[in-house]
Amino acid sequence: MTSTYRYLPDTKQDQEEMLAFLNISSIDELFEDIPAEIQLKGDLNIPKAVSEPLLLKKMNQLASKNKNANHYPTFLGAGTYDHYIPSVVDHMISRSEFYTAYTPYQPEISQGELQAIFEFQTMVCELTGMDVANSSMYDGFTSLAEAASLAVASTRRSKVLVSKAVHPESRAILNTVAEGQGYIVEDVNLTDDETSLVKLQGQIDKNTAAVIVQYPNFFGSIEDLAEIKHIADTKGAMLIVSANPLALALLQAPGKLGADIVVGDMQPLGIPMSFGGPHCGYFAVSKKFMRKIPGRIVGQTTDEKGQRGFVLTLQAREQHIRRDKASSNICSNQALNALASAVCMSALGKQGIRQMAQLNIEKADYMAKSLDKKGFPIINKAPFFNEFVVKLPRPVKEVNTKLLEAGIIGGFDLGTDYDLENQMLLAVTEQRTKEEIDQFIEVLEAAVHG
Amino acid sequence: MVEYNDLIFEISRQGRVGSSLPESDVDQVNINDKLPKHLIRDLPAELPEVSELQLVRHYTALSNKNHGIDNGFYPLGSCTMKYNPKINEDVARLEGFSRIHPYQPTETVQGALEVLYELQEELAVITGMDAVTLQPSAGAQGEWTGLMMVKAYHKQKGEVRTKVLVPDSAHGTNPASASVAGFETITIPSNEHGLVDIEELKKHVNDQTAALMLTNPNTLGLFEKEIVEIAEVVHEAGGLLYYDGANANAILGKSTPGQMGFDIVHLNLHKTFTTPHGGGGPGAGPVGVKEKLIPFLPVPRVEKVNDVYVLDSNQPLSIGRVKGYYGNFGILLRAYTYIRTMGPEGLRQVSEGAVLHANYLRKKLEPYFEAPYSQICKHEFVLSGSRQKKLGVRTLDMAKRLLDFGYHPPTIYFPLNVEECLMIEPTETESKETLDAFADVMIQIAKEVEENPGVVLDAPHTTVIGRLDEVQAARQPILRYTKEEAVKREPVMS
Repeated sequence: MTSTYRYLPDTKQDQEEMLAFLNISSIDELFEDIPAEIQLKGDLNIPKAVSEPLLLKKMNQLASKNKNANHYPTFLGAGTYDHYIPSVVDHMISRSEFYTAYTPYQPEISQGELQAIFEFQTMVCELTGMDVANSSMYDGFTSLAEAASLAVASTRRSKVLVSKAVHPESRAILNTVAEGQGYIVEDVNLTDDETSLVKLQGQIDKNTAAVIVQYPNFFGSIEDLAEIKHIADTKGAMLIVSANPLALALLQAPGKLGADIVVGDMQPLGIPMSFGGPHCGYFAVSKKFMRKIPGRIVGQTTDEKGQRGFVLTLQAREQHIRRDKASSNICSNQALNALASAVCMSALGKQGIRQMAQLNIEKADYMAKSLDKKGFPIINKAPFFNEFVVKLPRPVKEVNTKLLEAGIIGGFDLGTDYDLENQMLLAVTEQRTKEEIDQFIEVLEAAVHG
Repeated sequence: MVEYNDLIFEISRQGRVGSSLPESDVDQVNINDKLPKHLIRDLPAELPEVSELQLVRHYTALSNKNHGIDNGFYPLGSCTMKYNPKINEDVARLEGFSRIHPYQPTETVQGALEVLYELQEELAVITGMDAVTLQPSAGAQGEWTGLMMVKAYHKQKGEVRTKVLVPDSAHGTNPASASVAGFETITIPSNEHGLVDIEELKKHVNDQTAALMLTNPNTLGLFEKEIVEIAEVVHEAGGLLYYDGANANAILGKSTPGQMGFDIVHLNLHKTFTTPHGGGGPGAGPVGVKEKLIPFLPVPRVEKVNDVYVLDSNQPLSIGRVKGYYGNFGILLRAYTYIRTMGPEGLRQVSEGAVLHANYLRKKLEPYFEAPYSQICKHEFVLSGSRQKKLGVRTLDMAKRLLDFGYHPPTIYFPLNVEECLMIEPTETESKETLDAFADVMIQIAKEVEENPGVVLDAPHTTVIGRLDEVQAARQPILRYTKEEAVKREPVMS
């Protein structure tokens, strides 16, 4: 007798032996505690099982219905970026000792994972200039909302101010979270492409737990954190910065500019776009918030012989101990993606990450200057990293259709989330060649003049 | 094997590189011309500098110090550590899935949206719900999403309900999620059979009750037989029923939370639907709801209109967004692939196998350990180490002893209402030989406790490191590598 399903090892004989040991005659007897009226009659109405080769064929067919960045150079960014991922990254995270493991509750047989996370935490601290980082969060957006909740809880104030130049999805999630926890979220309007310092000054008060900005912001512009920190300080509000970790290779670390919490997403460093997930949030704080940080944290310690080892630590904060008194309900992290970004950061190294960031600045600068020369004005007044906004004479959607016909995926339509008609947010990473950029501009010219 | 204990920072040497970036094909930019000085990084981030082979050796050495399902049996109760199929990994890595951007025009991602739509539909069937959101990235986020819908539902009806009821055997995330959603938690004690005490429940159900959160089978592995009556009690008072799907591996194709009377369900795709735990994540925690709660689902929703898949964010009663983009797509793909592999008959056999294995192992072990709830269980069961504790050996010690035999220990000290608890979930993907071998080792350890307790108390003996000082870790936290710390460790060169 053979099993029909390759993940199920029981033969008829195995089943019979186990049933005999249990003194029962059929598996159904093991389900008699489910009352008859709520037992399912008949099969679940889902498609029948498919063999491995046929399923692979079907999944390949589905995948090929999507236009992917290997064949369609993409100029989309807005929080998710097409970056170089060294081949070594996927090979390392495909070691099944890593990906088939659970959260490292048994440190003696989880030293590999724990050490890798400890190293990840160190790299996040280095990039952000903060004292302490956790082992990762769901994504950058939810990380930002957790940061706001931390600020509200630790300042005992009930309002956060969030710049409208923070990613719209991030602000949307923040609003959902705030609704649950009962604190107020106020948007701070913009002056051109940056957070309005005048508006911020007007809105901040003694009830403001935190000021939240993005660095570079949603439009690609690099906000002056020093000035924002100064305003936050006037009322004793915390400064929360959501930062692109790649940009931090060249930009001053937010920790050095006075940030209390730095969050963001590691996706630009080693994680595929994958239609938006899974990515990997990071969360870093200054030392005084160490015991308030949500999620898992790995710490160094020693065993009985004095050998260095690593464990999950500071667990007194967490839900499985504190239950309803916990500061957060998070009990997982994105360990495998944190590992991916740690491998990527190690592969790039101290020099490589700067080189990659520099390439991004140069390519974006080239594209912006070329567009400007052709008469397409750039909206950003502040310096930008690898994203910027271009004003088009036609609706973005129309232009993107033309670009798609030419095999290019165009930029993000700012008319959707902002009142910015005919403005396109473009991301230019190291993946885009001069040729691709030039072709984009040619198609754009033809589309608007043709 | 040569012992390797270096951190990546300790093998770093200035000038080495493990990647290859293209030359710039555009004009140079001097960042000093672009930015004010105070916004330019003064000191570079100290990332490691290693060659590609050094990098590979480092992480390979680390992986050798890690236990995963592929290494050996992993009977971690409530975590459903079943086999993670390889085809799932291949599918998630197809370029048409991994290299697409979430904001591409929907006409360029119809294949991806088709997967999401069909997965929504199929999970609805499997749970007996009317609609599903795939956004939440973990069980805990699913719970919170569900509770935010509970809140919105009562608010819409003009009712203020502030209390969420949770049995004492529930996962810690249940009360924590209730709290984060702004509810007060009321704990309901279990009866002597380990089940919800209906009389106790009735005392606490009233017009303040927003919802009851329940895991069925519960964390003791027991099916709540009176679930229909429990549902009636809560519904009659105007409350809703929330199903924590952590234990759904016991009921696939046998019953549905919908039939049991639940209004909201979350599933842990990283448990029941074989997506890898990844050492702690990423996972996925889709949430299904009955019709009356559909308007409150998070946006965007994946819909099918005239055979075209679209994203719909125009839902005025929605609780809003809970997660970036459309959820953990790469994980959802793996679950979709698994459901396709198994089909309806296969999924039923999954639960039958899981339950058969749990009962077989339970009966094999019961003579040697206290069994506080000796009765037919579902996919998992609990034992108590109370007998061994009297001999001076605790459950933690026995768990550490299991490491010497190459097993990951069961979940220990949970649920909280069982003394010295061992919670064992063998899953359907383990062979009878594995179950027999594990039982033999457990029995051997029980004998060691009686005859030679020292060998258990001093365990583990064979791991790369001994028991670690967790108190020191928490009291004097070292949460990152620093050069100063490293200098202290390094022997002085002569």
